[in-house]
Amino acid sequence: MPIQYSGITEEHRAVRAAAGLFDVSHMGELELTGEFAGAVVDYLITNDAKKLTDGQALYTCCLNEQGTILDDLIVYRFEAQRWVIVCNASNREKISAHVRKACEHHCGFRDISDETALIALQGPRAAEILASTGADGAACGGLGSFHFRQAEIDGVMTTVARTGYTGEDGFELFCPWDDAPRVWRALLAHGKDRGLVPVGLGARDTLRLEARLSLYGNEIDETTNPIEAGLGWVVKLDKGDFVGRQAVAAVKAQGPSRKIVGFEMVGRGIARHGYALKSVEGEVIGVCTSGGPGITVGKNVGLGYLPAALAQVGTRFLVDCRGKDVEAVVVPVPFYKRGR
Amino acid sequence: MADSEIRDGYHYTRDHEWVGPGPQRQIGITAYAVEQLGDVTMVDLKVKVGDRVEAGKAFGVVESVKSVSDLFAPLTGKIVAVNGELDASPELVNSDPYGKAWMVAIEPEGEAADLMDAAAYRAFLKTV
Repeated sequence: MPIQYSGITEEHRAVRAAAGLFDVSHMGELELTGEFAGAVVDYLITNDAKKLTDGQALYTCCLNEQGTILDDLIVYRFEAQRWVIVCNASNREKISAHVRKACEHHCGFRDISDETALIALQGPRAAEILASTGADGAACGGLGSFHFRQAEIDGVMTTVARTGYTGEDGFELFCPWDDAPRVWRALLAHGKDRGLVPVGLGARDTLRLEARLSLYGNEIDETTNPIEAGLGWVVKLDKGDFVGRQAVAAVKAQGPSRKIVGFEMVGRGIARHGYALKSVEGEVIGVCTSGGPGITVGKNVGLGYLPAALAQVGTRFLVDCRGKDVEAVVVPVPFYKRGR
Repeated sequence: MADSEIRDGYHYTRDHEWVGPGPQRQIGITAYAVEQLGDVTMVDLKVKVGDRVEAGKAFGVVESVKSVSDLFAPLTGKIVAVNGELDASPELVNSDPYGKAWMVAIEPEGEAADLMDAAAYRAFLKTV
């Protein structure tokens, strides 16, 4: 995936106004099969896999025993005995080994990342573009959020899910690796007159930041727990045992010491990953996890950790922008929410 | 990639800044630098007229949609002009890097060392 095709700003705007096409084939895919596949998946994640029906997916964290985040995942139930876990590319080896180990003696495991491509079609015109490819594509318009189905696109059998990472409506299409160029070209051809453009990693990041979606390595990693990261909503403590449950239950009971916040720059400056956050008195109190220009919202925005006591909308603080302290204020998130 | 514009008669640094001709030398960033940065959203110049800058020391930052880069003084000397236009119109860096997007002008103290001429910079770009 290149950083950009035509330019980050242009690509970002196209996704908000029409549609964008992303080659995210670098993501990892792990397949679990057999009678106990669902139980293994459920034990590895914080969200409740037991609530899924065939053709439904969910977003979740995957923790270690210490209750910190190994990765964030989307888990797909194809059938009671066939599940697919999608993990971040940067964590593929780690998660692949982690899941493989959990599957031993319980269910079948296959890392299918190298044979599986993933193409995301995102934006308000995504459904219309998919529908224009044929009957199967049109049927995908009936998919609810986080549901998926099989669909033939230009002769290629794909799995199409109503998911994404941009804050827009859209789809993610899984297909065999060798067929991906065909699907990519078909979608681009059908979308060309509907404003569809290819989108790179740069705009993927600015889009997900505005939608306040976490990025592994920024908002979340093995030093953060889901409660402080604002991902408590995918932690189901009462669903039965899972890896990290005890540790994360303790954090929840005590309350986290720090919390992730969204903020806007008040002064002239742009916060970036790793910049220190300071109190108005100049004491370092936190860290910026992501930041940049909010291209749609028209403000410089960021995410970062602040002490829980200060993590309220309206709190003023400073961002150390390369030696210059620039004022910022905690604001509600997401920064961008699509119209209905 | 297509060759980036390089102006003859200008001098260049390894940080992809240009130094204009003349006794008072304008400083900016090269077309190559601009291509690497993408859409520029902010130019923050931390110096004012009359300040003395030292070669190699940061005098500001350029923020683009995807990243941030320090600006390093290519020569030692006195700041004799600062381009205030860039505050309101950072996009000039993308549209006219060698012209309207000059950032500061420096009156150098003595001879500038370590600057490349256009031919040397052209060769240097082939190595990066």
